[in-house]
Amino acid sequence: MTAPLLSFDRVSYHYPGLEQAALEEISIAIQPGEFCLLAGLSGHGKSTLLRAACGLVPHFHGGRFAGRVTLAGLDTRGHGPARLGALAGVLFQDPETQLVMSTVRAELALALESRGHGAAAVARGVEEVALALGIDALLDRSTHQLSGGEQQRVALGAALAGRPQLVLLDEPTSQLDPVAGDELIGLLRRLNQEWETTILLAEHRLERCLYAADRVIALEHGRIGCDGTPGEFLAWAAVRAPALQTPAAKLFAQLALAPAPAGVRQARATLRSHGLLPGAEPDHAESPAKPTPAVGRKQRRGAPAAALQISGAWHELRDGPAILRGVTLRLRLGESVALMGRNGAGKSTLLRHAAGLLEPTRGRVERAGRVALLLQNPGDYFVQERVADEAPAQALAAVGLSEMAERNPRDLSGGERQRLALAIVGGAEEPPAVLALDEPTRGMDRQAKSELAAELRLRAAGGQAVIVATHDPEFAAACADRAVLMADGRVIADGPSCELLAGGWYFATETARILGGAGGALLPEQGAELLRERASDALTATDASPDGAVATDASAALQQQSSTTILPGAAQ
Amino acid sequence: MKTSLLFYRRLPSPLHATRAGVGALWAGSLSVAAIVLYHPLVLGALLLAVLGAGAAAGVGGPLARSMRAAAIVWLPIVVVNLLVSREGLTVFARLGDLGPFGQGNLTVEAVVFGAVIALKVMLLILITTLAGLAVDPDEALRIVRRLSFRSALTASLATRMIPVLAADAQRLAEAQRTRPQGAPGGARARVALLRAVIGGSLDRAMDVAATLEVRGFATARRAPRLARPWSRHDLAFLGSAVAALALAVIGRLTGAASFDAYPEVHASLDAGTIALCLGLLAATLLPFADRRGVDR
Repeated sequence: MTAPLLSFDRVSYHYPGLEQAALEEISIAIQPGEFCLLAGLSGHGKSTLLRAACGLVPHFHGGRFAGRVTLAGLDTRGHGPARLGALAGVLFQDPETQLVMSTVRAELALALESRGHGAAAVARGVEEVALALGIDALLDRSTHQLSGGEQQRVALGAALAGRPQLVLLDEPTSQLDPVAGDELIGLLRRLNQEWETTILLAEHRLERCLYAADRVIALEHGRIGCDGTPGEFLAWAAVRAPALQTPAAKLFAQLALAPAPAGVRQARATLRSHGLLPGAEPDHAESPAKPTPAVGRKQRRGAPAAALQISGAWHELRDGPAILRGVTLRLRLGESVALMGRNGAGKSTLLRHAAGLLEPTRGRVERAGRVALLLQNPGDYFVQERVADEAPAQALAAVGLSEMAERNPRDLSGGERQRLALAIVGGAEEPPAVLALDEPTRGMDRQAKSELAAELRLRAAGGQAVIVATHDPEFAAACADRAVLMADGRVIADGPSCELLAGGWYFATETARILGGAGGALLPEQGAELLRERASDALTATDASPDGAVATDASAALQQQSSTTILPGAAQ
Repeated sequence: MKTSLLFYRRLPSPLHATRAGVGALWAGSLSVAAIVLYHPLVLGALLLAVLGAGAAAGVGGPLARSMRAAAIVWLPIVVVNLLVSREGLTVFARLGDLGPFGQGNLTVEAVVFGAVIALKVMLLILITTLAGLAVDPDEALRIVRRLSFRSALTASLATRMIPVLAADAQRLAEAQRTRPQGAPGGARARVALLRAVIGGSLDRAMDVAATLEVRGFATARRAPRLARPWSRHDLAFLGSAVAALALAVIGRLTGAASFDAYPEVHASLDAGTIALCLGLLAATLLPFADRRGVDR
């Protein structure tokens, strides 16, 4: 066995002034060429571990550090981040703060120039990394003009420019749309497979990247909870950390099928081998199993007055492009809508129009009442030192933050910050007619997302119209009955979530992709129900067949499980 | 989201296509002309040339905004000069004895000279703005980095942080507008908002510092010299810079376009003055005539 590229030997770490350890007795060894995934809930140590791997912990952050981290044989206690940076490229969550130069070319050149490479080597390095990442067309663009996806790719390019042996990535897809996110993961896989670059990737949406990983390290309260193959991780998560399960794994757990799949392809192969997928091709023709409440155009026509009516809204920049192009959208009270589309499709601008922060250059917006808009970063709302000073007590109580009234808003966790921001925009007196949220799940773990989805469902049930711009199809499916897909400032699709999020490659949930969009099943629970029905139908058909053929074992087993068992720890 | 601040953006113009060193030299030559020449007509021609250059570089709008903002320096400069100057002969108001400041006589010459100084200050602001909008700061700082890497990089970072912090402040203000009661007013609310902006900028600075750490800032070495062939625009603006500098020096040394504010206003209006005006206009604007190869 070769020497590990990165090793942690009984590493413990406390941030300055904190009693609770961020990392505790961590021992891992990562071999050259491995693609490792770092899983865990928010605040359980993923980012700290990455920062320890590149020497930022303890050199930059300070604190109490015990144990030893070695990167390519260099002890991080004796070598600072600058020296280690030549061996490990780092990509943090927020690309905006990682771009320090004014143009893309200068950004890519910076790391090479800092390390004293000659002019020819710098020029070549910049050219090669730009070509490898497909950002050569951006080289002379200003960094502050780039979209979120472009910024992330340029930041990755800057991290890779020195051709490091190890790349450390901290939730790099959290601000990307599904297409850009998939492109980034595909790129990392290519780097790993073609150039044997070692990858250590922290990510919440494991379904995006689990299929590419050789190994998963799960952290629980700063300790190693699991260190194994994706299959071993999924088996562990089913019992110990259901919040970390991927939708595919949840689907299989609900059906008591094993092993849990690491991706769509593996899941489909397993289901097909059990006779639970009808054919080789996705089955879009099958009618939805559980049609959602009426949201079609005809049904909406006779519906009650709209909570929000946007009619032919245009937003045209002076000396610039049109961001919205004749958008028409109607929201009913009590309706929950997911607004999806690529970065730059116009989702955020549309929400700003809905809330009256912007006025359309053409068209009009009518509101039945106040539109509360929750912008992307909840921290932008906090200007006071105490939670109690930010929102009325009644609003705090409504979001379950009464007990935290004396705390500083900036000390709250990600989910708590989101709830406080909700309390601020929601207010106490008259509840808003429409609640609009712009990318509320950025950087949230699955548990926090699930809680937020439940909160939004509750508000919709209480009569508010809810509209959420999101890149996360799983979250969209969990919180919305209707989905609207935008592209290039236009609404290109509008329909029930069970139709719109079931039939695509990118804007579809993992369950829908596994089942080929069959039955409009979006969530694991719906998928499991559909497959049980299929198994039941297959059994009935077999019983009724004149030649007395025997049903498959899996169908029989599923039929039995549907009425009796679910794996321990798998039920959600 | 657009911000009202002025930033460099690569546009298809001859000035943007020029290497940063030459662009900076060109701006420096115009600045020298604005400093050493006093004739209002010549300064007016220079103002026209700078605004024309801005329009030809595609940054006419931001430059006009900058000119409006710079106009606020006019009044204070004229007023201060009017109050402190004792050299003019044409008195239009007497304020009497001002104690230690002597007789308070306000003169036409002091007003004119104050206006000329204000015009020069405005020209310098406009030339600096034009350079900021059209000369690549990274490339310019790269030249400085060969002398002092960290100082230049810190300056570069500050340049980069301006749009980032402007965007942060805009986001924060937007978030406050979405509160049910709208953005809170009053001094306390403003202080709280300012505190939040400063707190946010410190967080930002920490993130950027971490990025610089892992990019090897601490081991920074001297930037390598880049071999780059001279383009037609490099040569044209170099020629323009030399011509503008020569005209300014000649105009100053030979007394062509002579101007005296004290004791009485005297401004020549001869062929030399007109030639200097036309020469400066031509030297400044001619490099913009050739637009071949301006886009990257």
